[in-house]
Parts: sequence; C-alpha cells; structure tokens
Amino acid sequence: MRLTINGEDKDVSEAGTMSVTRLVGELGLENVRVAVELNRAIVRRASWDETEVKDGDTVEIVHFVGGGS
Amino acid sequence: MTDSNVGLKLGLRTFTSRLLVGTGKYPSAAIAREALAASGAEIVTVAVRRVNLDRNAEDSVWHQVDLSRYTLLPNTAGCSTVEEAVRTAMLGREVGMGDLVKIEVIADAKTLFPDNQGTIEAAKILIADGFTVLPYVTDDLVVCKKLAALGCAAVMPLGAPIGSGLGIRNPVNIRLIVEAMVEFGVPVIVDAGVGIASDAAKAMELGCDAVLMNTAIAGAKDPVKMAHAMRLAIEAGHLAAQAGRIPMKLYATASSPMEGLIG
Repeated sequence: MRLTINGEDKDVSEAGTMSVTRLVGELGLENVRVAVELNRAIVRRASWDETEVKDGDTVEIVHFVGGGS
Repeated sequence: MTDSNVGLKLGLRTFTSRLLVGTGKYPSAAIAREALAASGAEIVTVAVRRVNLDRNAEDSVWHQVDLSRYTLLPNTAGCSTVEEAVRTAMLGREVGMGDLVKIEVIADAKTLFPDNQGTIEAAKILIADGFTVLPYVTDDLVVCKKLAALGCAAVMPLGAPIGSGLGIRNPVNIRLIVEAMVEFGVPVIVDAGVGIASDAAKAMELGCDAVLMNTAIAGAKDPVKMAHAMRLAIEAGHLAAQAGRIPMKLYATASSPMEGLIG
C-alpha cells in the first residue's frame, strides 16, 4: 500500500487497508501524542481503530514542537 | 487591565502567573526545563508541526520538557492564510486536547507582522467551533476592539516585531488598547518584542494583564536567570500599575519638610 505521509510517498506494509491505529504503530509513533489527518479531514483519536487507510490516501501526522511565535 | 486581583482569566480558566512563555529556541532541553520553571509560567506556547518519520518524533517537545504541569497554548506560527491557521488550530486541539489557541496569520516575511483582517476571519471560525482564541495582532486599537467584540478570550498586540527585542515601541497604542479592553472585560497580553526585564515591567505598568515572550528568555546568555528576571519584572510592573504612579512634573517637589531648617 502506497501512502503520501507528511508530503512523502511511502510504502507501508502489505496491500489492502489498515486502521489508523495500526499505521501510527507501524510508524513507531504509538507513544507520541500526535494528531492525524486523512485526506484533509481530522481523524479523532477515538475513531482511529475503525478508520481505514487505503492505497493512495494522503495522511498528515503532526505533533507539538518547541515554539513561541 | 481587567480585574487585577483575581488573576489572569482566559476563557473559563484563571491563572496566577501573568507571564506566558514560548518553548522554542532554547540551547538545550535541560535549560528549557529549568528556564520554564524559573519563569513561574503556567501557560507555555508550542508549535504544531509534521512529525519527522525518520526520527520517530524524538524531536517532539514532549520529549524535551515535561509539559504535563503546564497549560499548553498551541500556536499557528508559520501560517499565512486563514485556511492554514484554522487547519493548524484544529490539529493542535487534537494533539493537545485543549481548546486554547494562539492565532497567528503572518502577512510579511521580514517583519512577521500579522494579517489583522485574516486573523479576524480565523478568530470568527475558531470561536464558532468552541476554541478559546488568543489572537496575535499589531498594536491597533480598532482591530483589538473588533476581536474583543467577536468573543476572543484576550487580545495580544505586539510590542515590536517577533524576536526583535526592541521593547514596547508604541506605549501610547498599548495604553489605548488597555483602556478600550477594560470596557469589554478582555485581557491584553503583549506578545512579541520584549528584550529585557524592564520591557516586560513597562508593559505591565501600562496596564496590560500579561506578557508572552520566547526569544528574550531562550536567546539570553543565561536563559534561566533571564526567566527569573522576567518573572520578577512582571510582578513588579503589575504591582506598580495597581499602586498607581504619581503625576509627572517638570520641576522638583521637596519630599523633606521645609519647617525646622537650621540657620
């Protein structure tokens, strides 16, 4: 399955689909506080398990970094 | 200055500290931690950025500083359109699970001056979506009045360009904003421009409710010491504003009695 994650094309294991929870896990981000956008729509954390990511989708994964203005 | 004895009220929450600090540009995580503690700040700003997929997000601010003790204020720094700012605010709320947001819609790359009109539009959208909105604007009275009327939880006029350290360049404008905001019951937070402790004290003496800064602390030779200095300056300025200054006069007025002089 090929996804565009944070602007980069990325091959993510197997074919077909996977849940957002699994994708976040495969990226090693399960212990990081992140927010996920799937095709420009935010996926609330409570919906990660039942939301499927499929080939060709565009995903944004963001977190907090140090910043002021 | 809004009701000064009850602390800094933002939305439904009240804070004791009147110093808000940014978490960017510190020389190290250890110094950031210590400086934040020395500042006494309860609210810290953070930026919303893409995770670095190659580094497993170890650059996350969560790894640098224990933020659980702070109220997080995500910003929309780097956004130059209403759409980007709104999208970033929504993502920030999802990361942090809080409704506070500092709106920045930046319109000029050299000065980082905000697009006030775009900020007003973004504020409208985010307030309607339940955010507690703190907008970063130029020191423009009319813009601040519009934002207050919309229901912003505070207005955040700049003292000078972000990171410039030039201090409060137009104290008259800041004072006019302070007086106007009293009628709305909306706090004024000077955001950007502070370079040294006296700048922060000056902002508070003008009647501001709080000051937000980052570079002045993070960029100081000793950030921890500067954070402490800023904490004291904010307190001093706030107390002085409450105490009420004497009128300025051109000539001397003796403060020792004239009676009983020898000779």
